[in-house]
Amino acid sequence: MASRRVPLVLLACGSFNPITNQHMRLFELARDHMQSTGQYKVVGGIVSPVSDGYGKQGLVSAKHRISMAKLALQSSNWVTVDEWESQQPDWMETVVTMRYHYGQILEEYKQSTGKHNDSSSPAPQLKLLCGADFLHTFKIPGLWLEDHLEELVKHFGLVCVSRGSLQPERAVHESDTLFRHRQNIFLVREWVRNETSATEVRRALRRGLSVKYLIPDPVIEYIHQNNLYTEDSEKRNEGTALRPLIKQAHRPIKSLDD
Amino acid sequence: MEDPSPSKVVLLACGSFNPITNMHLRMFELARDHLEDTGQYRVIKGIISPVGDAYKKKGLIESCHRVEMVRLATESSGWITVDSWESQQSEWLETVKVVRHHYEEIIAAEHNKDDVDTVKHAKKRRIEEKRFESSDQNKKRDVPHLMLLCGADVLESFETPNLWKKEDIAEIVGRYGLVCITRSGGDPHKFINQLDELWKYRTNIHVVHEWVTNDISATHVRRALRRGRSVRYLLPDSVISYIQEHGLYSAESEQKNADVILAPFQRYSEASTS
Repeated sequence: MASRRVPLVLLACGSFNPITNQHMRLFELARDHMQSTGQYKVVGGIVSPVSDGYGKQGLVSAKHRISMAKLALQSSNWVTVDEWESQQPDWMETVVTMRYHYGQILEEYKQSTGKHNDSSSPAPQLKLLCGADFLHTFKIPGLWLEDHLEELVKHFGLVCVSRGSLQPERAVHESDTLFRHRQNIFLVREWVRNETSATEVRRALRRGLSVKYLIPDPVIEYIHQNNLYTEDSEKRNEGTALRPLIKQAHRPIKSLDD
Repeated sequence: MEDPSPSKVVLLACGSFNPITNMHLRMFELARDHLEDTGQYRVIKGIISPVGDAYKKKGLIESCHRVEMVRLATESSGWITVDSWESQQSEWLETVKVVRHHYEEIIAAEHNKDDVDTVKHAKKRRIEEKRFESSDQNKKRDVPHLMLLCGADVLESFETPNLWKKEDIAEIVGRYGLVCITRSGGDPHKFINQLDELWKYRTNIHVVHEWVTNDISATHVRRALRRGRSVRYLLPDSVISYIQEHGLYSAESEQKNADVILAPFQRYSEASTS
């Protein structure tokens, strides 16, 4: 009997400041990879821009970041933008965002299987999609809670796309938590070295240089119309600590020696 | 004393464009920014000239498709266009000939703007006399310069035996100019130093540093397509649709010209044995 593929949704959390072609590539690469394992059927992708409360330097308002992501994904038939995380009053831990989205996905699944009396279709899964740089942030003291990391890799899972010379395999190797759940961490090799980053895009924009073909045309137009990404906007939150570091200061943090 | 107004520049890129990718398009943007940043130039046009089928490169699909894909890719650009002249020639043409052709077109366009007829011939004579003097293509400031735009890989291919003629390199760099996009890890200056033809006209070579590596090679794109993988966001959507509609780039198309010698090698080895 043929095994049924697990319906899979990929969730990407981040600043998307601004969204770039490289962000959208992540989804394409991840979908190809997960479907080629034969075990999954990728049914959706979600871009969830972080809220302004994150406090990262140079972060422009969520309203703009959401608009830009929507413009960029207009032409996509499977990836959408979600505003829930950005609308929360305070910065939201990634795992909390994942729980929320998983709840939504499960709700939909229950409703659709209820209708069709199809109890044999496997339950959907939600995995976090990220670049290799993201995996390396797990080491930063105070940024991630130990139990959150555990929940992230154990209950959800990660799809991590390699980036430049960053080796996600090393990050997995160096962390006992990640290593323990390595079967739930999917490493996708991106052979095309594409180091386009939102940071570089913002730098180019500040200097009046072209970013065409790095980010979609409608996003470029939006940026110019709203005069985003100037030297001033880059100074926003300068000197402020990232919200996670403050919020999680009193809780047991991931220790340096794993 | 007033600064002279910037010289007009037209950028020409030759290549297989098999298929065109966002990286090719980025090269133009980077080159324009770089040249205009010097304050000496104003880039008025970009031309993409796909090579003819007679080049016989392995995996090269029909030029009609390659030209159309470039046309689709440049639709949204206000200054970059496709040119099919080279691809329509029945034999493979050396790059220098393509450069000369486009330069003649530029001159002709300028002449059409001239009111006085008698000036034309005098100008033409002056241009021929002044062959190979550095950055001295035209006495008249407002006739655009034509520069060949390329990646560091093309620059380095100047050394490959039988691929380029030394006098062609000298003419391209000496009479026209080169804009070379390079990425970290490469060292074009070292290369320029090593090749006399380049060193002599080094003031005509503009090295543009690409700080953000963007390695989207057409080879990689073709490989991904053969394997049914997504190439979305590596090339314009309109080009992807075209590829899908016409079923381009398969294992079969990649085998085209597999046993054939590349045209330049064919021509130069014939020349050396005759």
